[in-house]
Amino acid sequence: MNKEGSHISSYTSHAVVLIALLALTAISVAATEWHFGAFTVGVALLIASIKVATVIINFMHVKHESLFIKAMVSGVFALFAAVIVITFIDYYLR
Amino acid sequence: MSVQAIHNERIDSETGKLGMWIFLFTELFLFGGLFLVYAVFRAKYSADFHHAAEELNTFIGTLNTVFLLVSSMTVAMSITAIQKDEKNLALFLVGLTVLLAGLFMLNKYFEWSHKFEFKIYPGSEVLKNLPQGELLFFGLYYMMTGLHALHVLIGMILLLINIVKIKNGTVNSNHYLHLENSGLYWHLVDLIWIFLFPLLYLIT
Amino acid sequence: MNASENGSHVSFLDHKGKYKGILSWLLTTDHKKIALLYLYSIMVFFFVGVILGLLMRIELFKPGETIMDAQTYNGMFTIHGIIMIFIIVIPALPAIFGNFFLPIMIGAKDVAFPKLNLFSWYLFIIGAIFGVLSQFIGEGSPDTGWTFYVPYSAESSTNVIYALVAAFILGFSSILTGLNFIVTMHRMRAPGMGWFRMPLFPWSLYATGWIQVLATPIVGITLLMVIAERVLKIGFFDPALGGDPVLFQHLFWIYSHPAVYIMILPGMGIVTEIFPTFSQKPVFGYTAILFSSLAIAFVGYFVWGHHMFTAGISYGSRWFFSFLTFLVAVPSAIKVFNWISTMYGGSIDLKPPLLYAIFFIFLFMIGGFTGLTLGSVATDVQAHDTAFVVAHFHYIIFGGMGFAFFAGLHYWFPKMFGRMYNNTLAYAGSIVIFIGFNLLYFPQFIIGLQGMPRRYFDYLPQFQTGHQLSTIGGFILFIGLIIMVYNLVYHAKKGAPAPSNPWKGVTLEWQIPSPPSHENFEEIPQIKNHPYFFGESTGNK
Repeated sequence: MNKEGSHISSYTSHAVVLIALLALTAISVAATEWHFGAFTVGVALLIASIKVATVIINFMHVKHESLFIKAMVSGVFALFAAVIVITFIDYYLR
Repeated sequence: MSVQAIHNERIDSETGKLGMWIFLFTELFLFGGLFLVYAVFRAKYSADFHHAAEELNTFIGTLNTVFLLVSSMTVAMSITAIQKDEKNLALFLVGLTVLLAGLFMLNKYFEWSHKFEFKIYPGSEVLKNLPQGELLFFGLYYMMTGLHALHVLIGMILLLINIVKIKNGTVNSNHYLHLENSGLYWHLVDLIWIFLFPLLYLIT
Repeated sequence: MNASENGSHVSFLDHKGKYKGILSWLLTTDHKKIALLYLYSIMVFFFVGVILGLLMRIELFKPGETIMDAQTYNGMFTIHGIIMIFIIVIPALPAIFGNFFLPIMIGAKDVAFPKLNLFSWYLFIIGAIFGVLSQFIGEGSPDTGWTFYVPYSAESSTNVIYALVAAFILGFSSILTGLNFIVTMHRMRAPGMGWFRMPLFPWSLYATGWIQVLATPIVGITLLMVIAERVLKIGFFDPALGGDPVLFQHLFWIYSHPAVYIMILPGMGIVTEIFPTFSQKPVFGYTAILFSSLAIAFVGYFVWGHHMFTAGISYGSRWFFSFLTFLVAVPSAIKVFNWISTMYGGSIDLKPPLLYAIFFIFLFMIGGFTGLTLGSVATDVQAHDTAFVVAHFHYIIFGGMGFAFFAGLHYWFPKMFGRMYNNTLAYAGSIVIFIGFNLLYFPQFIIGLQGMPRRYFDYLPQFQTGHQLSTIGGFILFIGLIIMVYNLVYHAKKGAPAPSNPWKGVTLEWQIPSPPSHENFEEIPQIKNHPYFFGESTGNK
């Protein structure tokens, strides 16, 4: 018995998420063998982002949280990305 | 409501959770500064970074990634256990999380001491003779994994406190904010590593 | 819902809690006492900062060495900046007025995390102590400027690390305060107080809290990087090792520009409370002011490069940052329009808080317009690193946040201390401060454009008149500050007892006794109207 209203994730669902994360890890390690040229960083970051999103949505329970928390989490990552992009306006155009 | 009650009553769990999420955002931006520095120098010295990363042991890095991912699952499961009032299972899972964290730290110790043996550390003569991009790569490697390891340690301490609290009943199926928040913190530690791993180990 | 003013009310200052004497302050978790702890510590450090400023002004009265050598002067402007920025202007409004009044204005008994609140104050004190230590220990007081630019901050033999640690700890204090306030507003508003019935001072603290939480960690890690540079020779900012000094500037200003919005937004929030009260009508454009606060916080994240126009950043960068800098001025202008419109047609009562608020608008606008001069790249090339910049930021920070601080002090003094100050002394102090302030800083615009550099203790003879006027202004300002502080300190104990609502305000703090009781409210209020409801006759919704 737990507090009214809070969602209980099953053990199975957590295990499934772990399998997915391990699979993505294997893919990212294997991807080092393939040549993406200038896109190597992009591919690595893409896979990492999918893993991060998976952890946030599932293990950190954001899937079952309020809209506000979902918006906050997305907003914060977006802000961070914007700061990096703007800094690169300097470095790429010097 | 008595005077004492305002300041001694348990913090409502939604309030406490919101507070922890905001704290996690601050941690994200703390590491973010280092990611920004990494991004700038990776763009400038991509060949050097590629070359320096070959000094890192991809197997150990992958193993550490696996440890942290599994530990994220075990701590998430421990919350399910406490919600279901399965106290012993919860204790086991939190303990397993701490063990996996300890293995991570052990690996880190081996990695770093191996590098020290070869005199690869900030300020060393060996580093000064490397190409500049490689020197910067190692500076970033130490600072990022060092700051991360500090957070692993803090996470371990938080989880150990939870073991005590689950044992004495302070953390139970009706009041498990402390475990939930420690779990969130632990997931952040995992998230940081999920980004660090490919950026440091997989750019070969 | 006026609280009764009979003898059964016990002020929070006389509340008998778990601890007695000094411990009832040092171990308090009452947001009102924590606010006063901040007030007293900040006032002490403020005067230290003022004295440092005056010493610099004495030095600058004549060219060449007057009362100190160049190294000492460099140490002076560094610690003056560190104290004023990190110990006074960033913390003060949230930590003092936010702590005291945020819970009350939203109908709560305290903040979300009272013990964390006390911890924030301890971090503040420890950080401040590190700052003080940097002056007296070891190799001499830091001489890098509060901006710690590399490469010099990595090379200077002075106590830079102490100052960096001070700033780091103070930043952590700021983060925890912001976190506490955000959660408080999300979770503890009284029944019936939806977000759009929350008064505008709390809203300003909400916007500020997000900046505190998201920007401060970046400077935290940057300061650690400078320590790593000094101690470990890590190389990120060292060109000899392949690093980039301009990268430090990016990281530093990514925080320090949003930091100025931490400084000003609560000040704007305070005057937004004062104008409706002393015009006895609702604030004009509640929604516009609310969204302009959020807009300033958001857009303010993307303008940091305007501190770096002459540092060697790309042309594209300069274009981008200049454009956004002009954009961020718009919401501020919207606020000024709304404040003036609030007064228009109102029943104006020109008490000291309103006078300070009006001075605020005037000085803030001068600061804002001169900011545009700096925000346009072409003119910035002329003005960067001159006394013009020094004048600009003192108008905005001191004239803006500082005068808002004084306004808030005079507005909420009766509520905080249960006493009234003397109005004549308050007017006198404010006018002397205003005159001294303008005489101190306006000449610096002029000599700055004529070529007087900032952070120089020596200068060409043609700038002497401007410097002398400025120094005289500094002393006049100081006299005004003494009058103001004397008035408040004396009357905090000896003033006439204050009623609950001396200014006929309508927000929640005026519906409880002066000073409030320990729990703020006998019962949590039910909110039925919008926050600036002055009664049916003023035609409110």
